[in-house]
Amino acid sequence: MTNPVPSNILPGLRLRQRFPLLALILERFVLSIVLLFAVSILIFGGLEALPGDFATTYLGQSATPQAVANIRQDLGLNRPVTTRYVEWLGNAVQGDFGTSWASKNSVSEQIGKRLGNSLFLAGFAAVISVPLAVGLGMFSVHFRNRLPDKIINVISLAAISLPEFFIGYLLILFFAVKLGIATFPATVYDSMSFVERLKAIALPTATLVLVVLAHMMRMTRAAILSVMSSAYMETAELKGLSAFRSIVKHAAPNALAPIINVVALNLAYLIVGVVVVEVVFVYPGMGQYMVDAVTVRDMPVVQACGLIFAAVYIFLNMTADILAIVANPRLRHPR
Amino acid sequence: MNDYTKYLASRVTAGGLSRREFMGRAMAAGITLAVADKLFTESAEAAEPKRGGHLKLGLEGGAATDSKDPAKFLSQFMFCIGRCWGDMLVESDPLTGAAVPALAESWEPSKDAVTWTFKIRKGVKFHDGKEMTIDDVVATLKRHTDKKSESGALGVLGSIKEVKADGGNLVLTLSEGNADMPLLLSDYHLVIQPNGGVDDPLASIGTGPYKLTSFEAGVRATFEKNKDDWRSDRGYVDSIEVIGMNDATARIAALSSGQVHYINRVDPKTVNLLKRAPNVEILSTAGRGHYVFIMHCDKAPFDNNDLRLALKYAMDRETMVQKILGGYGKVGNDFPINSTYALFPEGIEQRVYDPDKAAFHYKKSGHSGSVLLRTSEVAFPGGVDAAVLYQESCKKAGIEIEVKREPGDGYWTNVWNVQPFSTSYWGGRPTQDQMYSTAYLSTADWNDTKFKRPDFDKLLLQARSELDEAKRKDLYRAMAMMVRDEGGVILPMFNDFVNASTKQVKGYVHDIGNDMSNGYVATRVWLDA
Repeated sequence: MTNPVPSNILPGLRLRQRFPLLALILERFVLSIVLLFAVSILIFGGLEALPGDFATTYLGQSATPQAVANIRQDLGLNRPVTTRYVEWLGNAVQGDFGTSWASKNSVSEQIGKRLGNSLFLAGFAAVISVPLAVGLGMFSVHFRNRLPDKIINVISLAAISLPEFFIGYLLILFFAVKLGIATFPATVYDSMSFVERLKAIALPTATLVLVVLAHMMRMTRAAILSVMSSAYMETAELKGLSAFRSIVKHAAPNALAPIINVVALNLAYLIVGVVVVEVVFVYPGMGQYMVDAVTVRDMPVVQACGLIFAAVYIFLNMTADILAIVANPRLRHPR
Repeated sequence: MNDYTKYLASRVTAGGLSRREFMGRAMAAGITLAVADKLFTESAEAAEPKRGGHLKLGLEGGAATDSKDPAKFLSQFMFCIGRCWGDMLVESDPLTGAAVPALAESWEPSKDAVTWTFKIRKGVKFHDGKEMTIDDVVATLKRHTDKKSESGALGVLGSIKEVKADGGNLVLTLSEGNADMPLLLSDYHLVIQPNGGVDDPLASIGTGPYKLTSFEAGVRATFEKNKDDWRSDRGYVDSIEVIGMNDATARIAALSSGQVHYINRVDPKTVNLLKRAPNVEILSTAGRGHYVFIMHCDKAPFDNNDLRLALKYAMDRETMVQKILGGYGKVGNDFPINSTYALFPEGIEQRVYDPDKAAFHYKKSGHSGSVLLRTSEVAFPGGVDAAVLYQESCKKAGIEIEVKREPGDGYWTNVWNVQPFSTSYWGGRPTQDQMYSTAYLSTADWNDTKFKRPDFDKLLLQARSELDEAKRKDLYRAMAMMVRDEGGVILPMFNDFVNASTKQVKGYVHDIGNDMSNGYVATRVWLDA
């Protein structure tokens, strides 16, 4: 410490020294907001650059120049891009995403419903897949290179190698068409009871679990195995701890950071990446909503979906980072 | 019983064939009087509709962006939903395509077909219990003909100059004579709504056989029976559920597992597999939609009629229908009209694949080098395959085609109607006049072949205001010949509408007007327990 900084000049640094964890979290949070802002510019600019505009695409072959002009006028598409961007962002920050150009419904209201559906499906899939993946991962470490480990590996590799729509079709074929025991299509709607909903989403949930399971499980296995090869695990073994106990008590906590990371990534995928599964199972979630909107260039909807997807991704990544920092004392004091 | 008599029997069941017609045709096909008589009685009994039940449809074409406003109906999903709760002034006959009364009881044109008087039906109630009045009718048409309107019917109704009420009658004054006016009013956007839907376009209140009970755009709509329906020959099931299913495999799975009773848009590639399912019936209806290869008549090298003829003769239409449509379609003859249209010009020679003639005209045109054809999967299903097939059949005539696959996104803005040679699709129109006016009139916005012929325009306008059917037919024949021999369209095929249902569904009407029994499927079928 050759040049100590006077603590009364930089209050920020003082905060950092006294509450290093809090400062780190705050820093990550601010960074996320900046990132989200940058993404909003990208989304808006990207959509502006798409070929074809709403008026012509929406009316398709039944469009007349008159109708096209009417729509453009009506939506204020003739105004400059920057004006429209600032207006949009200002409203979006307050949770108002405007009205859909095509259906004239409130986008926020529609998204509320759709996001609810997506979260319901993703949540249900996560509740099953995360404990299962971590459990199976530990299990396969315990039996590493023996038969159970190999079976788990082969099955999970097979599941991850098949595209999700194919898994979906297979499940539909066996459980809905041949056996007739599962509900299909998985369409959910307002007047459904909770139990009916659970029944309806059984097949898509199973598909999603199969798709994300392998990734999380293999990461868990690899992370624990890498810890297992370290010196202190050898000590644990030498002092006579049972293999299971040493995995759960000593190896797993130290492998937590990479596991949290891969779980967060898969959670994000469950919410924003399941368009195909939604289409195959006729499930009214966010992905389907956005695809419909892109097809007709319904900008307010596409922008809102894009922003929300980005927010979900950024939020989950941020949470994963923070949790990893909390889980690993060494990361709390960066040098 | 052979296929033909089976077909005749099914026509009886669908209510499309009288006893006399049936007996005549069946006996001509070699069936004895006693057998034919028995067959007719059985088929007619099967035609006795049953009431009740919950009908579920799985339809392609719904989107989260769909609007409940009839003026903005666009997707197949909304087309079918609108037909459940709303009525038009006029409907089209399922078998002949002629205009038949609906909310308008009758109509009368002036001698020059410029002024039309429609007598509006009395005692019809809207779903909210109010009686439908002439004011509602006038308000509806005014909303759709307003120049500022965003209605999908604005183009169709462009020639209406004035809409007014005269006593209980509706009087329309046109800017020019149009003998097809009543048929134009059968457009599915023109649902008669209380006060024209001006107050609340999204209310979905109409005079149709079903009341909308719930709606989520692109996802699901449910209906219950309208007990005060003014017609008794429709609306057989108690309730309807329409589910949006945009994935073809999902639709097929839902149908074959019995979760829905009816699906639309069966892919010709998989229809033969679906046929094997024990409880499934394929419903294929001849339609007016057609797949086209369009050449711009005003751009080189397509401004040369010999080259255009060469390219027409180099098209193997039979193979196209077999390979691209799986046989579910009819060959085209290079003009956009087929026998499902009223006043179809019969007896025009079918153009067939003729490499020699193609080579002859190609040589005469003086063109050399390859011809660039742009295509995409969105132009029509199998568009890229069709282009490659065409490339092969041209090769035999010594014509080299270069196929360029364009991205589907933006195809309609960047390629169709812009590039000189591309693949495309046309849905049918209710009348010949409308089909030609939309795509072949010199001034038409969607004149995608840039076919600009004052003599053709003159014939079109003449036919439009001609009330004498025989004369009109002659005019349409002359126009068809012009487009066929000098136009820029290569029209290899008309595609059938291929749908499917479970065997429980009875009374399906093969309506030539449009897909899904002209959208009326839910109101026309009944469920056999």
